Amino acid sequence: MATINIAPPKPMVMADLKGKVDPDWCPGCGDYGVLAAVQKALVELQIPNHTVATVSGIGCSSNFPGFINTYGMHTLHGRSLPVASGLKLGNHDLTVLVTGGDGDGFGIGCGHFVHAMRRNINLTYLVLDNQIYGLTTGQTSPTSRIGMKTKSNPYGNGDTPVNPITLALSAGATFVARGFSGDQKHLTELIKAAIQHKGFSFLDIFSPCVTYNHDNTFQWFRPRVKRLEDDANYDSTNWVRAMEKATIWGEEIPIGKFYETTEVPSLEETEPVLEGGAMISRPLHIAPDVAKRFVEELM
Amino acid sequence: MSETFTIGIGGAAGQGVATPGDILALLFSRRGLHLNAYNAYQSIIRGGHTFLTIRTGVDPVENMGDDLDCLIPLNQDTMDRHLRLLTDGGACIYNADSIKPGEAAAGVQLCPIPVSTLADITRNKVAQNTLALGAALSMMGVGFAALESIMAAQFGRKGEAVVKENVDIARSGYDYASQHFKPFARPLPMTDNKYAVLSGNTALAMGGAAAGVKFYCAYPMSPSTGVLHWMAGHGRKAGIMVRQVEDEIGVINMAIGAAHAGVRSMCATSGGGFALMSEGLGLSAMAEIPVVVIDCMRAGPSTGVPTKTEQGDLWQMLGAAFGDYPRVIAAPVDIGDCFTLMAEIFNVTDKFQVPGLVLADLLLSEGRLSVDPAKLDFKPHIDRGEMITSNGQPHGEYLRYKITESGVSPRAIPGVEGFTHVVSSDEHDENGVLISDEYTNHAKRRAMMEKRMRKVAGIEAMVPKPKLEGPADADVTLIGWGSTDGTIREARAQLAQQGIKANQLQIRWLAPLHGDEIVRLLKGAKKTIIVENNFSGQFARYLRSETSYVADGHIRKYDGEPFMPHHITEAVREQLAGSTTLSVPAHEVMV
Repeated sequence: MATINIAPPKPMVMADLKGKVDPDWCPGCGDYGVLAAVQKALVELQIPNHTVATVSGIGCSSNFPGFINTYGMHTLHGRSLPVASGLKLGNHDLTVLVTGGDGDGFGIGCGHFVHAMRRNINLTYLVLDNQIYGLTTGQTSPTSRIGMKTKSNPYGNGDTPVNPITLALSAGATFVARGFSGDQKHLTELIKAAIQHKGFSFLDIFSPCVTYNHDNTFQWFRPRVKRLEDDANYDSTNWVRAMEKATIWGEEIPIGKFYETTEVPSLEETEPVLEGGAMISRPLHIAPDVAKRFVEELM
Repeated sequence: MSETFTIGIGGAAGQGVATPGDILALLFSRRGLHLNAYNAYQSIIRGGHTFLTIRTGVDPVENMGDDLDCLIPLNQDTMDRHLRLLTDGGACIYNADSIKPGEAAAGVQLCPIPVSTLADITRNKVAQNTLALGAALSMMGVGFAALESIMAAQFGRKGEAVVKENVDIARSGYDYASQHFKPFARPLPMTDNKYAVLSGNTALAMGGAAAGVKFYCAYPMSPSTGVLHWMAGHGRKAGIMVRQVEDEIGVINMAIGAAHAGVRSMCATSGGGFALMSEGLGLSAMAEIPVVVIDCMRAGPSTGVPTKTEQGDLWQMLGAAFGDYPRVIAAPVDIGDCFTLMAEIFNVTDKFQVPGLVLADLLLSEGRLSVDPAKLDFKPHIDRGEMITSNGQPHGEYLRYKITESGVSPRAIPGVEGFTHVVSSDEHDENGVLISDEYTNHAKRRAMMEKRMRKVAGIEAMVPKPKLEGPADADVTLIGWGSTDGTIREARAQLAQQGIKANQLQIRWLAPLHGDEIVRLLKGAKKTIIVENNFSGQFARYLRSETSYVADGHIRKYDGEPFMPHHITEAVREQLAGSTTLSVPAHEVMV
């Protein structure tokens, strides 16, 4: 028997979650606020950092794992969700956070996004949505508004933007929310709720790009965002209501938890193979009687 | 050459070729006989033409052979295509009501069965198959009881009545043949041995399970799908997490994620799916996360010929993902080796934290072979390499990519206290910090590149060198790789009968290649010929690029069908006669 250390560990503080290097985001970037909110949420929930893995794709916001002291994976552009899904299924005792941008998640990685939600693996997916490609110096993204002028669409974008909230709701996500980097306290609460949700939690976060997106700035968002939590009558278990709210965009933009259901079990809860504990904890060799039966089937 | 007996059964897809094939395979193996089965089929669920060849004998049967001893055509088309494969002493058993025989070779016995008078064909649609099966076994000198017990197991689920109906039909065929047809010259032998019969896909899956795979994922793609089917059917009992994923890009990345958690992780696909996995292999190499990918090759390019074989993916493997990185590529030489190789390649990939690629092909994946069950070892040696799985010892700053002489850095798995770090697809420093943007540093980049590439020497020392098989003073040396092993060996035996001494160099580990050893082995060769199942001589070009060695001749085939021994034998003879240096044997039968 391995000895289990039951002495209460030293409480984790913000400094424990500081990465090996400081973020290299532009001064004023919305991503700073999201990083701080994630660190704050982990501290408030007291989830030991060595049991947390942060997995990202590629892009400005995907440099996130380097700036937080957890286990981290900086993967390929658009592939954070399959990598994170494999990691979680290999060791579901880990708390797995997935971070990335709108191009990474809704452009090149959109196929994985839809299927990850269908699987309802217990992952928390944070999209730092700035409606632009930043690291490649300012091209149209899947959430750029119609008419937005960028280096790749100098005469204005003609493609209808993706609505991440309705997309997530229709793909079967069991927790769908929207946050704003400019509303730290609210965002921290949303991240905590997303982590605590059993199943796939999706959080689209307005994280303005101060360099390349001059349309959707902090100043643009601030008067528009309205917290769903401020409406006492809003019922986040009502999927149809969530769909209706998710289509509101303009002078008013709802933020907060659109939808959560606890009625759909997560993959970890329904997958019989996991009844024996995390895959990483299993013996390497197959039990001799089972192996014997496998061979006998062939004779 | 050892004595074998070959049966061919053919018809349209959906006519029921598989069931008599399964029954015969089981019957032969239970009789203590070896067997090899190859099914030539098409990408169609109903119709077309499918032709199963089962060859059996007392000694290991390594390929489908050149001709048939017994043909069971289930339709006219099969009769027309395959009758020519019967040789003197052979027999063709067919439905006299619906099939007309063609011109058979001298000494071939035509055995028409009056199907509608022997069975109620309105009740039993596959009566002709069962009658022919009974007749064939009678002519082979096999006691009826053996067939009866297999049929009882085969149809048992459908109830007593179905078993009885089928057994009765088989018995009428059996009795009819014993009264009307001449038995084969030699009755089917029998031994006390017991063999397992399995496909290459089953062997690859079981080999992975035996090697300690805990995570398997795939997207269906012929001819690799059998690996997924075995895993899906056995994963719960074996304790393996099995997932069907949205596409092969998702597959490779999910496999890498699971591997990073610390479990052995594997996936299988064919050429097109492998193309999609390419970028992921780069991630595996750069982040130093070991993962094993099986490519069951089919004829390409593009969608290619989904149900036909080829050895055409070697250069795709060699060039998969951009940039330089260490990779391991191995090609199993037969179906039994599909099992054995898995534990070996996992030990290499784990030890060196690199991607491992298994290059199988349709011939292996979907072929079936008898294997001594003792060779299906579920307790193989497992070496996981340098892994940190607990925080036992006090330590200084953990460097995930510590620069070492071997190029290997101890790998801490997520969840261990005190070892948090970032693994990355961007170039990084020893501590995992990205040096791709703000901290770009050419000296560090060079050091990391050299660290990773130093693994190649270690891998080369770990994987066994190829060996020359056959007489040292051979007239000709045949060089092959992967699945052609058994066919080349039989061609050598045929050549020996014709007074030509041939030896063989079969390559199993393709990368690293052991080029110096290959050149050393080939130094004294009188004539060297490279045999491969592709158009451009992919291995020949690879060997030349790695060693400057140029073979004297080439035998290539790229029509979708595997080599038969006589293809190689005849090509060697024409090359020894000096008439050509490139032979492309024609597949004489339309399958």
